[in-house]
Amino acid sequence: MVTVKELSKEEYLLEGHAACAGCGPAISIRVLFKALGNKVFLVVPACCTTVIQGPYPYTSFNVPLLNILFESTAAAASGIVAALRQRNIKDITVVGWAGDGGTVDIGIQALSGAAERETDFIYICYDNEAYGNTGMQRSGATPFGAWTTTTPSGKRERKKDMPLIMAAHRIPYVATACPSYPIDFVNKLRKAKEIKGTKYIHILAPCPTGWRYDTSKTVELGRLAVQTGLWALYEIENGKFKLNAPSDRLIDKAKRKSVKEYFALQGRFRSLTEKDIERIQKWVDDDWENYRRLAACSASDATPYGKI
Amino acid sequence: MEQMIIDTANHIAGYAAKAARVKVVAAYPITPQTTVVEKIAEFVEEEKMDIEYIRVESEHSAMVACIGAAVTGVRTFTATSAHGLALMHETLHWASGSRLPIVMVVVNRAMGAPWSIWPDFSDSLSQRDTGWLQFYCADNQEVFDTIIQAYKLCENERVFLPAMVCLEGFILSHTYMPVKIPDQEEIDAFLPLYKSGWTLDINNPISHANLVSPEWFMEFRYMIQEAMENAKQLIPKIDREYEKRFGITHGGLIEKYKCEDADLILLTMGTMGSDAKIAVDSLRKEGLKVGLARIRTFRPFPTEEIGKIAEHAQMLTAVDRHISFGMEGFLASEIKASLFNKKDKSLVAGFIAGLGGRDVTSETIEKIAKKSLKWMHSGKVEKETTWVDLRE
Ligand SMILES: Cc1ncc(C[n+]2csc(CCOP(=O)(O)OP(=O)(O)O)c2C)c(N)n1
Ligand code: SF4
Ligand SMILES: [Mg+2]
Repeated sequence: MVTVKELSKEEYLLEGHAACAGCGPAISIRVLFKALGNKVFLVVPACCTTVIQGPYPYTSFNVPLLNILFESTAAAASGIVAALRQRNIKDITVVGWAGDGGTVDIGIQALSGAAERETDFIYICYDNEAYGNTGMQRSGATPFGAWTTTTPSGKRERKKDMPLIMAAHRIPYVATACPSYPIDFVNKLRKAKEIKGTKYIHILAPCPTGWRYDTSKTVELGRLAVQTGLWALYEIENGKFKLNAPSDRLIDKAKRKSVKEYFALQGRFRSLTEKDIERIQKWVDDDWENYRRLAACSASDATPYGKI
Repeated sequence: MEQMIIDTANHIAGYAAKAARVKVVAAYPITPQTTVVEKIAEFVEEEKMDIEYIRVESEHSAMVACIGAAVTGVRTFTATSAHGLALMHETLHWASGSRLPIVMVVVNRAMGAPWSIWPDFSDSLSQRDTGWLQFYCADNQEVFDTIIQAYKLCENERVFLPAMVCLEGFILSHTYMPVKIPDQEEIDAFLPLYKSGWTLDINNPISHANLVSPEWFMEFRYMIQEAMENAKQLIPKIDREYEKRFGITHGGLIEKYKCEDADLILLTMGTMGSDAKIAVDSLRKEGLKVGLARIRTFRPFPTEEIGKIAEHAQMLTAVDRHISFGMEGFLASEIKASLFNKKDKSLVAGFIAGLGGRDVTSETIEKIAKKSLKWMHSGKVEKETTWVDLRE
């Protein structure tokens, strides 16, 4: 476990990046580099990060970065990992950094393939719950009820549960994170770096532009997502599920804030009805029953996601 | 030690990848390419190839994995056909735009619908404008030699572009022919260790292929065009160097056969070139002055050489195993375009033959030649594009 004080003072996300004010993914990138240092090959598909890094001939990322096609992050990483093995280079961490669209929608095939092939890399999905780069269209990770430019009156389908889909690949490490809890994120990245095989980290990264909230509230919103239980911080290590602080205290429903608090701060949920909110609250409670079961099961000898 | 082996073009492609000492192969199976990837799998299991073999989940990922490996500083290889190649489409642009010397074997197969597993050039020619060099082979020896030469060419700093080595499905892919495999040390001397223009490097943390504004974009494109022109100069040189070392030549950009005094020159690509040679011999026996120019390099297109060929001939006839719907065969179009600004223009006619594996025999080509000669004598091409052996 690191503390804030132990975090590297080195900045690899440089001044002049092009993210919107209050961008959750940009905060996450800064933390990512602080956790992993600069011996990293970063693969980035088409997404907001294409813009955030800045245009040619500049870059605001002080690590080598390969921009690649929208659906291909994990395939490019596969090639890099293979070549590093052939060249016997062992001290470079290969990181795929993709948006939710590039992960849960168009890129799921390449990611699933790379995970099944036990490709030795860290894949991070930064989830702003829409296609940010192209102007906030819905994705498979957009939550029920959220406005996007292609769901003007609110999306009517539920969010895909990508971390559990990745867990079903029986990879050695799956984790969720949120930039509002940077130490938790750093710990998970450091752990992932030491594990061989495919590591998947899914971060919920608030986006003021798409979620329609005041740019000063990014950290607060991330916290609310966790405190309401809409986003749970956990890890699945070698098939064992474990809730992390502060989510580990939230199995007791009474400790969770009402989802209403989270929705109230965001313009994208304006069209939610009372009935919608009730439904969502019920889904959250069901999810938590599942987390409770998974945690209990993992505390015994069982591995709900299969022995690795 | 030099070896003579008898094997199919697909297996020979595997031998060539091995001889080129590729380090990463990423591939996905599709008929009629499958035996290429199976041969490589065999080499890996027998420990005859020390490579990372990525059995990807799609052709799209195959090419992107090759891109990832190439930017990490190793020589890469892949192979595909038809729908696999089409699925790669955007990745092909990315590979050439990234200036990566990836070599890919394309086992030509017709594009569906309807399904066909038999050859024509509709798959590779649909990728004409992706910035890849394109070579077309007429026999198994040429497949081997072209793969080795392609690496040397693509890794030349004046080129740094990817290349497709095309061979027709079944006609070559599954047909046994004798092939000379030169001594490995000799190949190593001809083809030194992998070289690329750039690699991912922690000591030089650049952002590769990030957003480029209109202010810069055209220059990047112009550099690719320049590289293609450079390749056009280097291809005959590399062919001569190969000949000097190994005693084999395939003619550089174009293989010419009895062209010097020919009135009519047939132009074609791939194995139709072999049948056309027989046709030329037979027509010559009848006293007809016919020659053959087999285009080996479709990209870069040998415009100047076509111009030279046309200086002496009265008529050029393109036999295309391909149709650009709504226009004509690409070869016919490119030949016409190559001649347009020349003073003494020869007549040009186009014939479409052999689509989806329809047999093209030397007799078919003789028929094409005779019709062309008739038009040549009358001074008028009666039909721009003629479909050969079409059912009524
Ligand atoms: C094949 C392909 N289809 C569509 C696009 C257009 N496109 C670029 S980025 C993007 C959305 C990215 O969304 P996400 O992955 O969630 O990342 P974000 O922009 O939100 O950071 C889309 C649709 C593309 N680049 N390539
Ligand atoms: S749209 Fe959202 S994710 Fe994209 S740069 Fe702006 S704040 Fe960040
Ligand atoms: Mg997104």
